[in-house]
Amino acid sequence: MTAISNEKIPNNVNLSEDKKLQRALEQWQPSFLNWWNQMGPEGFQARDVYLRTAISTHVDGWAHYDFVKMPEYRWGIFLADAVPDRKIGFGDLLGQPVWQDVPGEHRNTLRRLIVTQGDTEPASVEQQRLLGQTCPSLYDLRNLFQVNVEEGRHLWAMVYLLHRFFGRDGREEAEGLLERRSGNQDKPRILGAFNEPIDDWLSFYMFTMFTDRDGKYQLLALAESGFDPLSRTTRFMLTEEAHHMFVGETGVQRVVQRTAELMKQDKNEDARAQGGIDLPTLQKYLNLWYSLSLDLFGSEVSTNAASFFAAGLKGRAKEEKFEDHLAMEGVYPMEVPAAGTGALEKQDVPLRNAMNEVLRDGYVEDCQRGVDRWNKVLADRGISFRLTLPSRRFHRQQGIFSNGLHFDPSGKPLSKDEWARRKDEWLPSAADRAYVKSLQAKAVVEPGKIQNWVAMPPKGVNAQAPEFEYVRA
Amino acid sequence: MGNDTVVEALPSFETHPSKYKHWKLKLEGEVATLSMDVQEDGGLRAADYVLKLNSYDLGVDIELADVVQRLRFEHPEVRVLVVTSLKERIFCAGANIFMLGSSSHPFKVNFCKYTNETRLGLEDASACSGIKSIAALNGTASGGGYELALACDEIVLIDDGNSAVSLPEVPLLGVLPGTGGLTRVVDKRKVRRDQADFFSTTAEGIKGKRAVDWRLVDQVVPKSKFAQAVADRAKALAAQSDRPQGETGITLEPLNPKVGAKQVDYQYVTLKLDVSPRVAELELRGPDGAPPKDGAALKALGAQAWSLKAWRELDDALLRLRINHLDVGTLILKTKGDAKQVLAWDAFLQANTKHWLVREELQLVKRVLKRLDLTAKTLYAFVTPDSCFAGSLAELALAADRSYMLDDAEAPTAITLGPLNAGALPMSNGLSRLETRMLATPGRVKEILAHQGPFDAQAALAAGLVTFTPDELDWDDEVRVAIEERAAISPDALTGMEANLRFAGPETMETKIFGRLTAWQNWIFQRPNAVGEKGALTLYGQAGVRPSFDMRRT
Repeated sequence: MTAISNEKIPNNVNLSEDKKLQRALEQWQPSFLNWWNQMGPEGFQARDVYLRTAISTHVDGWAHYDFVKMPEYRWGIFLADAVPDRKIGFGDLLGQPVWQDVPGEHRNTLRRLIVTQGDTEPASVEQQRLLGQTCPSLYDLRNLFQVNVEEGRHLWAMVYLLHRFFGRDGREEAEGLLERRSGNQDKPRILGAFNEPIDDWLSFYMFTMFTDRDGKYQLLALAESGFDPLSRTTRFMLTEEAHHMFVGETGVQRVVQRTAELMKQDKNEDARAQGGIDLPTLQKYLNLWYSLSLDLFGSEVSTNAASFFAAGLKGRAKEEKFEDHLAMEGVYPMEVPAAGTGALEKQDVPLRNAMNEVLRDGYVEDCQRGVDRWNKVLADRGISFRLTLPSRRFHRQQGIFSNGLHFDPSGKPLSKDEWARRKDEWLPSAADRAYVKSLQAKAVVEPGKIQNWVAMPPKGVNAQAPEFEYVRA
Repeated sequence: MGNDTVVEALPSFETHPSKYKHWKLKLEGEVATLSMDVQEDGGLRAADYVLKLNSYDLGVDIELADVVQRLRFEHPEVRVLVVTSLKERIFCAGANIFMLGSSSHPFKVNFCKYTNETRLGLEDASACSGIKSIAALNGTASGGGYELALACDEIVLIDDGNSAVSLPEVPLLGVLPGTGGLTRVVDKRKVRRDQADFFSTTAEGIKGKRAVDWRLVDQVVPKSKFAQAVADRAKALAAQSDRPQGETGITLEPLNPKVGAKQVDYQYVTLKLDVSPRVAELELRGPDGAPPKDGAALKALGAQAWSLKAWRELDDALLRLRINHLDVGTLILKTKGDAKQVLAWDAFLQANTKHWLVREELQLVKRVLKRLDLTAKTLYAFVTPDSCFAGSLAELALAADRSYMLDDAEAPTAITLGPLNAGALPMSNGLSRLETRMLATPGRVKEILAHQGPFDAQAALAAGLVTFTPDELDWDDEVRVAIEERAAISPDALTGMEANLRFAGPETMETKIFGRLTAWQNWIFQRPNAVGEKGALTLYGQAGVRPSFDMRRT
């Protein structure tokens, strides 16, 4: 089962033995390619790109590199190996065998979970489709395309589940995934953060650092699912997702490094004067994308999250690390805004209702590790400025800290007026965005060259040199 | 009370006059006299209760239903049924309170439903089959006893200074009369609502002249003249009957199903009880051959005729399912056979409605379909290539809460409508199932009925005859999920929801009884004020202990 077949739709799920499903997916394939050609990376579809393709789901098989034109990428269906005798690891059905079919009771809920996850995959491709025209280097351009084709692959993963397990409704949802459009007023993508345009490369790095990391945690939670095909699908997606976060974390790190170098070159330590991005502006971008990504975890107190957990549909990231898999008794102490006043007060939320917050905890820790590595770059270069994650309450559009409440990055409540007056101190202003874009006005596509505001990577892809021609003219 | 640990006796719904324990039937030409004489120790769970004072349990009511059914088919000469009692000074005390108290809630509900259907059957026999009825109350009729009288065309009460009619449930037991008493008092007998209010809160009831003045009975007669008065009324009512002259009946032979733990097999019906947990499947098979040429030929077939036997079997299977298989939540309806033959039999019945036996068979089909409508199980119809949802059998698909029809070019499926879908088999709301389905577009009913030939899956979907038409790719998964999804939902909520959705359109006395009275009754039966430690039903019969109520009104 681990070898990936060489069929029209590469897969390791014996697709050729399920003629009905094969036919259904082969009908969807042209729609997908049509969508990719319309909404995928603009201007580079005919180019040879040095991409990684999975040829097996094992450690030695999923990182196979070669030049390929993106529309010919081997999008397919890859599931991680089945765990023999796997049991549901949490919730009311703890210890019962996992389901190989969708239980009718949970069909609609699982479909909604899968569609919501699936919708983010094409959405991010759409958000990033114009970035190629302002790329800092061929190395970055290739990384962008790698991320894009893998988001396309993840769409395939979710569409496989929809077609295989959800009947006509599933097929209609699969069509819907190709019909919604990021940022489109009439047919927007499901989640807010996926309707924000990503029209500069600093945003792209921040997105892959913070927003794709939300994806990692959602996938970790779904990998625990009692619905085994979903678990196996998401476990393999996680191996691909890791690269996206690498692109984000090292991308920002290379900006931090370049900013530090430019500060040292300037007599006033003014990176902007040297054509770089100053650290306060970096902090604003961090604030923006981190807070948008926090929203994706859903409300701090959620009956949906509780029922997903109870039913064995969606667990906690790395559930085996927890001791109590029932989570019936515990509470999660939380600071909650009081109704009316908005003043924060301590409240013990039943643990199952706080599952979104538990998942967010892991995410925040994971983000902090990345920020620490960036700060080490600054410390190593003798710069005292430190990047920080803002409070979870800052700039939230979802959950208990939204709805007309405002907080500064330290989490202190603000009046509406004060927020309006000061928000440009903490979030990129129109002028900041214009400045960052101005640095990327002209794409750099000469091998070994890079835009001034970001440093070259220390090494290239797959042991190639950084100046390798990753995207051929 | 409401003891769910009691294992209900599993009754058979078939009986025979030779086996009656509680009733004596006397046939004298056009008048049949049915006398209630309940054996105190003859209850279905004789160890748990004693059937004193002509009080009844399910077994008593099964015999009553059997009597009415046999009068229809075996005794076409009978034009009037007189219902009376062989007990001194007591007609009937209603449902046995100790039986109710020791029954589980689901059993109580199904018991009430069955007794309601029996009483509606009595009214239907008068309205549609010419069997008029008189309640000859030779003694007190209280609660269900008076409700039985209310189901008759006329009520004659003995005037002995003692015998009364009453509905003591509210003041005495803290529950409602369970077989349509309140509805019939105001809707059928048109008792003024304030007088009905006084009557329904007065445990000892009303007797004598006031009972007549308030329309609670039609006449009161002293003991010496009672028999003659009843005979006079019987004669007058017989003159109104349109039953045939000089006809003999057919014999309703026993159905003799093969009853296994997992399956009940009849000639034309199979009830599978273990399709999956809490899911049963009912298959109704079409006729083996062509219909008879006329009413006489149908009569020669007797109880073996498909148009009678298949529906009697379905009726019996539904009753078993309701009372003996409370755990079953979903019933899959299937048919099998030749749709053309079903339509041929339907056409035969439709062409011969003047024949008394044809009329009875059509009325039976109507009542069995109503029984299906009123069954508190989720009903899914599956239309597959070998099914024959045509004409009268198409009503099964129209009765279902949802229907799934396979859409496979290589294995075509069909639904065909015929003359019997146009109103011959109305629901409790007085409309046909097709009319009820098309409430938003009444004009479509005629168009759909005018459609020539079968509807294939796409046409059936377009006409609104089926809910979903999965193709061969989706079929297995769609039907599996539909069943599993249903199994996860609260059975109480489903019962309530289905009952709300099934009976759109106008209200009738029937829909009021089932939809209003029964719903309230089921609620009251669950409340501490009735069945709690200090509830009225719990404390009934415990001398000196007064119930204590939660006094908040809802």
